[in-house]
Amino acid sequence: METAPKPGKDVPPKKDKLQTKRKKPRRYWEEETVPTTAGASPGPPRNKKNRELRPQRPKNAHILKKSRISKKPQVPKKPREWKNPESQSGLSGAQDPFPGPAPVPVEVVQKFCRIDKSRKLLHSKAKTRSRLEVAEAEEEETSIKAARSELLLAEEPGFLEGEDGEDTAKICQADIVEAVDIASAAKHFDLNLRQFGPYRLNYSRTGRHLAFGGRRGHVAALDWVTKKLMCEINVMEAVRDIRFLHSEALLAVAQNRWLHIYDNQGIELHCIRRCDRVTRLEFLPFHFLLATASETGFLTYLDVSVGKIVAALNARAGRLDVMSQNPYNAVIHLGHSNGTVSLWSPAMKEPLAKILCHRGGVRAVAVDSTGTYMATSGLDHQLKIFDLRGTYQPLSTRTLPHGAGHLAFSQRGLLVAGMGDVVNIWAGQGKASPPSLEQPYLTHRLSGPVHGLQFCPFEDVLGVGHTGGITSMLVPGASEPNFDGLESNPYRSRKQRQEWEVKALLEKVPAELICLDPRALAEVDVISLEQGKKEQIERLGYDPQAKAPFQPKPKQKGRSSTASLVKRKRKVMDEEHRDKVRQSLQQQHHKEAKAKPTGARPSALDRFVR
Amino acid sequence: MTANRLAESLLALSQQEELADLPKDYLLSESEDEGDNDGERKHQKLLEAISSLDGKNRRKLAERSEASLKVSEFNVSSEGSGEKLVLADLLEPVKTSSSLATVKKQLSRVKSKKTVELPLNKEEIERIHREVAFNKTAQVLSKWDPVVLKNRQAEQLVFPLEKEEPAIAPIEHVLSGWKARTPLEQEIFNLLHKNKQPVTDPLLTPVEKASLRAMSLEEAKMRRAELQRARALQSYYEAKARREKKIKSKKYHKVVKKGKAKKALKEFEQLRKVNPAAALEELEKIEKARMMERMSLKHQNSGKWAKSKAIMAKYDLEARQAMQEQLSKNKELTQKLQVASESEEEEGGTEDVEELLVPDVVNEVQMNADGPNPWMLRSCTSDTKEAATQEDPEQLPELEAHGVSESEGEERPMAEEEILLREFEERRSLRKRSELSQDAEPAGSQETIDSGSQEVLSELRVLSQKLKENHQSRKQKASSEGTIPQVQREEPAPEEEEPLLLQRPERVQTLEELEELGKEECFQNKELPRPVLEEQQSERTPNNRPDAPKEKKKKEQMIDLQNLLTTQSPSVKSLAVPTIEELEDEEERNHRQMIKEAFAGDDVIRDFLKEKREAVEASKPKDVDLTLPGWGEWGGVGLKPSAKKRRRFLIKAPEGPPRKDKNLPNVIINEKRNIHAAAHQVQVLPYPFTHHWQFERTIQTPIGSTWNTQRAFQKLTTPKVVTKPGHIINPIKAEDVGYRSSSRSDLSVIQRNPKRITTRHKKQLKKCSVD
Repeated sequence: METAPKPGKDVPPKKDKLQTKRKKPRRYWEEETVPTTAGASPGPPRNKKNRELRPQRPKNAHILKKSRISKKPQVPKKPREWKNPESQSGLSGAQDPFPGPAPVPVEVVQKFCRIDKSRKLLHSKAKTRSRLEVAEAEEEETSIKAARSELLLAEEPGFLEGEDGEDTAKICQADIVEAVDIASAAKHFDLNLRQFGPYRLNYSRTGRHLAFGGRRGHVAALDWVTKKLMCEINVMEAVRDIRFLHSEALLAVAQNRWLHIYDNQGIELHCIRRCDRVTRLEFLPFHFLLATASETGFLTYLDVSVGKIVAALNARAGRLDVMSQNPYNAVIHLGHSNGTVSLWSPAMKEPLAKILCHRGGVRAVAVDSTGTYMATSGLDHQLKIFDLRGTYQPLSTRTLPHGAGHLAFSQRGLLVAGMGDVVNIWAGQGKASPPSLEQPYLTHRLSGPVHGLQFCPFEDVLGVGHTGGITSMLVPGASEPNFDGLESNPYRSRKQRQEWEVKALLEKVPAELICLDPRALAEVDVISLEQGKKEQIERLGYDPQAKAPFQPKPKQKGRSSTASLVKRKRKVMDEEHRDKVRQSLQQQHHKEAKAKPTGARPSALDRFVR
Repeated sequence: MTANRLAESLLALSQQEELADLPKDYLLSESEDEGDNDGERKHQKLLEAISSLDGKNRRKLAERSEASLKVSEFNVSSEGSGEKLVLADLLEPVKTSSSLATVKKQLSRVKSKKTVELPLNKEEIERIHREVAFNKTAQVLSKWDPVVLKNRQAEQLVFPLEKEEPAIAPIEHVLSGWKARTPLEQEIFNLLHKNKQPVTDPLLTPVEKASLRAMSLEEAKMRRAELQRARALQSYYEAKARREKKIKSKKYHKVVKKGKAKKALKEFEQLRKVNPAAALEELEKIEKARMMERMSLKHQNSGKWAKSKAIMAKYDLEARQAMQEQLSKNKELTQKLQVASESEEEEGGTEDVEELLVPDVVNEVQMNADGPNPWMLRSCTSDTKEAATQEDPEQLPELEAHGVSESEGEERPMAEEEILLREFEERRSLRKRSELSQDAEPAGSQETIDSGSQEVLSELRVLSQKLKENHQSRKQKASSEGTIPQVQREEPAPEEEEPLLLQRPERVQTLEELEELGKEECFQNKELPRPVLEEQQSERTPNNRPDAPKEKKKKEQMIDLQNLLTTQSPSVKSLAVPTIEELEDEEERNHRQMIKEAFAGDDVIRDFLKEKREAVEASKPKDVDLTLPGWGEWGGVGLKPSAKKRRRFLIKAPEGPPRKDKNLPNVIINEKRNIHAAAHQVQVLPYPFTHHWQFERTIQTPIGSTWNTQRAFQKLTTPKVVTKPGHIINPIKAEDVGYRSSSRSDLSVIQRNPKRITTRHKKQLKKCSVD
């Protein structure tokens, strides 16, 4: 029954509620109006409830706005009648049964919230608090928006599910191919390339292109979906590894002596002699860095956007031939023959961390896309999954009959291991869970020993390079069903690719920002903050932020003598000193209480013990 | 010259004073000698003044031998005379003459007229002006504060400032003048009208709305009357209470109290008749009050009043009476109530008491059996005696109370009455109950309640008994445990240290307890030269080691590296076992692997641990040694600075924070800072933040389009200030923010050059400024 935005609007909503709760006085006209209003629109009361239940709007922001309005000077407000609640109904008087924006499930919103509220903040000033409130309101709003847009992710992942008691591992590729549609069935194929030895392969970031290189010099790149060959050359040299750079137009090939870069026509663009005897390649797409591990024991970072070597780090662990990247924080994981895995960043000369994983040497390392789990396999025939969130402890361990020579994670966290000529795939519960090594999800036997493994991004396909060529096998539920069209669009045209390239280059992340916890960059550098403070104090000769020493106020009527001033000052000083002593005593007590377990009370008869 | 004149006047003054003093002095000096002294002193002063006229130190100050109220620089003092010298007095001749009256009047007029105050000096005036002007301007400007604050906090400011646009009106208002024209529209509207659907808004007329807002007259009147009535009633009651409170008569209060008590009793009786359950509750309340009393010791002659009475009691009969009254009340209140009428229960209760008393004795005796300790024995006997004495009073109290109350009954009418009443009641209730029990059926409810409560009580008793027994048995066990080793060990030296041995069981027990708690410190304390004790320890250690838990703790902290790497993991049962093709290179590789596997072993772990140790050492802050060899002592080859000196000049580095990999044996985490990344971090806290946690919270949400939806991204990156190109941005005006602009300048009040400002004006101005 309220009409216009009156000054009463300024009172907080709580009060409003209270007022509504109070019993309404009876009006003399009530008998007449009640039935009519009830007849006309039975909605309003229910509607109000509905509106309250909806978690649609960030309450903080609302309140904030209100308070801001209340601070405004008394502005003469024109009564606007059309703001009546009744008038919101349409011409016909019908009302929207679902007023306001659609509700969003809280869990989804929670997923996008990034502010760590677990840490309690100390009492802060009103100004600071308002800033914090604004930040929180913003976060809530954006996360709600993000949660709303979740609706646009239309595709859903699917898994192979066996009938009662049926082992999915027994289902072979032929069965799957038979069951799926033609387009998907076409994704399973074998390339019989027995001539040029075991193959390494690499999919481009969009998952559209495939490059592979055989040990005996055969290098080819193709659009594997349409099977259109882009180029095929023989580099007349042993090929150790092959990798696409940021786009499918550039191809890095680690050859016997040096690192070469070809374009998609197979034309050699560069020969990088500073990277010699490279065994493994990794490309960090957001930093435009090509990481190379060499036989000489060097880990070299090459910035492909400017063609500069950013860092050449000596791992001091002999030949390096096990390498993988952590897609979450762009840290390079190297496996060594002494059973350790070391984590590297181009900004540091020493490894960020070293983890002892196996008793024998490490044969393969893989990190999942969320950067949470690392799978390693060693010469001790064990396959372990480590937690990378600070503890670096193995979560699960399995002994494999012959040990895994190659490991790879899919986008959705499936783990594949190549053991001899067999490929085993394990699946976890969901995206963020580690793969359970109890039961393999799928197995497949190949025509030769595995030499390279990779899951194709955005396609449920696993590419396996082996001595007999290349096998592309179907692994349902392997990869992300929804792709980001702006980031890596498998269907992009040439023009789109060029535009993306420019944007990506503009958003290139500097190499020195690679660190174990990328969120640490959003933290204040406390050490230099303190250092700066110290320097400022030195420069000024005093601490500008320090609490001013107590200055007694001058008093009237002759009580402001020097002696009394000094006395008062001393009083305050003594009080502070006492506080300090009290605190230190308390600390001591705490320490003592911690040191000795409570309960062992000395007996009164102890005095008789001699 | 001036000095001479001064002296003359001085002299005259002093003489005059003396003259004025004289008659009084004369009167006084006759009786007292001190007056003489006074005169002498004055005379002396006079002489001195005269003598100082020609001398150099003419302006010698008056000698103040006594504390005087007035000190004048002219050596004048109105000492001795109580009255002030008034100007009019000087005019007064010996004889009163009328001619002088006019002069007097004039004089008084002159006196009454105050002198014109001096104008303040220029600086002061200016200061005042400034102050006032500042206050005025501050006041004027302060009304902009909310506007400024709002603009500062605003997410976005758009310039040039625009007045609030009239919001888009809803379609109904736009369409108010619209009429159905086409046949379809007409048909639809017909339909709507037929069904009495509201076609256009608003539904209510403005008059209706106004009436809605108002309250009905009748209702308002009624409410007002109601409120008035309530207020009047309240005031009456208050007045009455105040009046009653003011009454000082003790008798009246006594009567009132009595009446109240009687009323309460009556009510209780009635309640019993009407609602026995409620009465029981009431009884419980009384019981509770009694319990509270027992706890609080309120009537135990320990209060302030009681103490004062105790002093008086010796002489004052009334005080004695009052004290005794209080005591009796205390007794009455603290008396253990006989819960039930049944004698069995009572017996049970007494038995309980006995049982409660017994176990201690038994315990003591048993302890004695272990080792005949004379001290213990003595204490035991005394205990038993005490117990016996304790038993007596507990059996007696009722009797005593009754006896006392009866003997002193007449002296204490109040308490007496109450007691009698209560007794009477009890008897009645007893009778009733017995009657009821005879009748059995009709009064079942009360009976059941009683019996229920009794049952509960008895259960509780049983429970407590059990507990006691348990405790006892445990004690016995403990003592027996203590005795066995003691007996074993008694053999080596039974006669030497009898008291010690006798004490042993106790001590052993404590030791055991300590050991159980794994306290090592106690052992250290007791490592006095005592072989027996040590033997005990050594004997005891196999049973429960104090060190064991500690070791365990250590192990818990550090995950064993060996375990970590050598745990037997379940092997995978793979369907497809890899076939090993005997290729040349593959074979070679396999061979190599086999060799590697054979050699793979412990040294991997050892190497890793060594590496870790080195890393830890390297990351530790180093101590700084500032000792200069040969400084202050002999130096040379083979001579080292003394330990004291080294200790003194060694600056110990502060211990850094614990390493991240402290509890992770298989990990070495590099603790070095990434300087390159740190260059990109925020190094200075921006203004309103006082702690970096606060600031971090505000930058945790990413604003890039990679992490946000398009809308959110746009909103997060809106510019703070938006200006329309090609528009003049005028400064903000009062109208822009809704103020009525004032034509008159507030500052115009203060004139540019005011004539004179006196203190009066000053005060006024100050008042103004304060307002």
